[in-house]
Amino acid sequence: MNCIIIDDEATARLVIRQLCKQVDSLNIVGEFPDAIEAIKFLNQQEEVDLIFLDIHMPGLTGFDFIQTIKNPPKVVLTTSDPQFAIDAFEYECIVDYIVKPIVLPRFLKAVQKVENLISVDVKEKPIVVQKTEVEKENAPKGNDLYVNIDRRLVKIDIPSIYLIEAKGDYIQIKTDSKSYVVHSTLKKIEDKLPDDLFFKVHRSYIINTTMIVDIEDNSVLIKKDVVPVSRSNKPELIRRLNLL
Amino acid sequence: MESPNLNYIKELSGGDTAFEEQIINIIKDEFPKEKETYFSSVNAEDFNALVEIVHKLKHKISIFGLTKTYEIAVSYESSLKDNKMDFKKEFEDALVVITSYLETI
Repeated sequence: MNCIIIDDEATARLVIRQLCKQVDSLNIVGEFPDAIEAIKFLNQQEEVDLIFLDIHMPGLTGFDFIQTIKNPPKVVLTTSDPQFAIDAFEYECIVDYIVKPIVLPRFLKAVQKVENLISVDVKEKPIVVQKTEVEKENAPKGNDLYVNIDRRLVKIDIPSIYLIEAKGDYIQIKTDSKSYVVHSTLKKIEDKLPDDLFFKVHRSYIINTTMIVDIEDNSVLIKKDVVPVSRSNKPELIRRLNLL
Repeated sequence: MESPNLNYIKELSGGDTAFEEQIINIIKDEFPKEKETYFSSVNAEDFNALVEIVHKLKHKISIFGLTKTYEIAVSYESSLKDNKMDFKKEFEDALVVITSYLETI
C-alpha cells in the first residue's frame, strides 16, 4: 500500500516512518508537515492508498484536510487527542484512530484494518462485467445489467443507477441502495446503458440525468454526489433538460 | 518527579541505533524551539497558541515515558482552553526536567 504521513511535528513523522518500516506492505511515498503540501501532492499523485493523518496542525486541521480532498483514500488518524474519536466516525474514509505515543501492536492493528477493508473493496469490485453470452449476442439494453460478483451474476436494476465513476481499472456503480466496484471501463458500461437516461458528463463520470438535483457552473448534484461536468459536455447536458 | 527514559524509543527502534540517534537529534532540535514558543505565548497570554504548543509538547513528554507528567499536561491543556493556567508550575517543572535530560543523552 502506498501511504503518506501528514504531521506538523518532525518527531511524530519519524515515529510513524519507523513503524511503517516494520510492515512490508507499506510503502511511504510522501511526508508532509502540513495539509496544504499534502493536497498539492495528492493532486498530482493518484496512487495513495492510505494516509496517516494528524488532527492538530496549523492552518488546515486533519478534519479540514479530509473535507478538502475529493475521494480521500483510507485514513488512519494519529493524534494526542482521544476526545476527537467520536468526530472520526463522521468520515467514511477514516478507518482507525490511534492515540500517541503509538506503539507497534496498535499500529499493526490499524494497518490490518485498512488491509481488510481494501481487500473487501476489491472483492466487492465484484464485477468484472463479463463477456458472457449476453454480450456476445449484443443483447438489447433492457432494464437489467448483470455483473459478476464472486462468481455470481448479480442483477442491477439499470434505472436505479444514478452515478458511475471511473476509478483506474475499475468503475464504481452507485444505485439507490448499493454501491458496486467493478473491473471494467466507462466505455463498456456506457454501451450497455440507455442513452435517454444516461449521459457522460465528464471523462470519469456517467450520470442518470433523471436523478439530477441541480446544476451549478461546471458541476452537477446527483443525490448527494457533486460531479464535475466538462465544458465540452455541458451544452449537450443542458439540451437534454426540460428547461422552462 | 518521575524521570525521563528512553524505553519507548528503544521499543520503537528494535535495535535500530540509527533511528535512535535520529529521533533524539530531532527532539533536541524541536524541543527547545517548542519551549521557546511556549514561554513567548505565556508572556503574550495567548491562550490559543498555548493550547497548540502544550499539545505538541505533550507528545514529547509521552515519548520520554513521563506518564504522570503527561496527565498533568493534559489537565494543563484543558485548563488553558478555559483561559486558565492551572498546573502551569507543574508543567514548567517538567520542561526543566526534560531540558536537563536532553543534555545527558
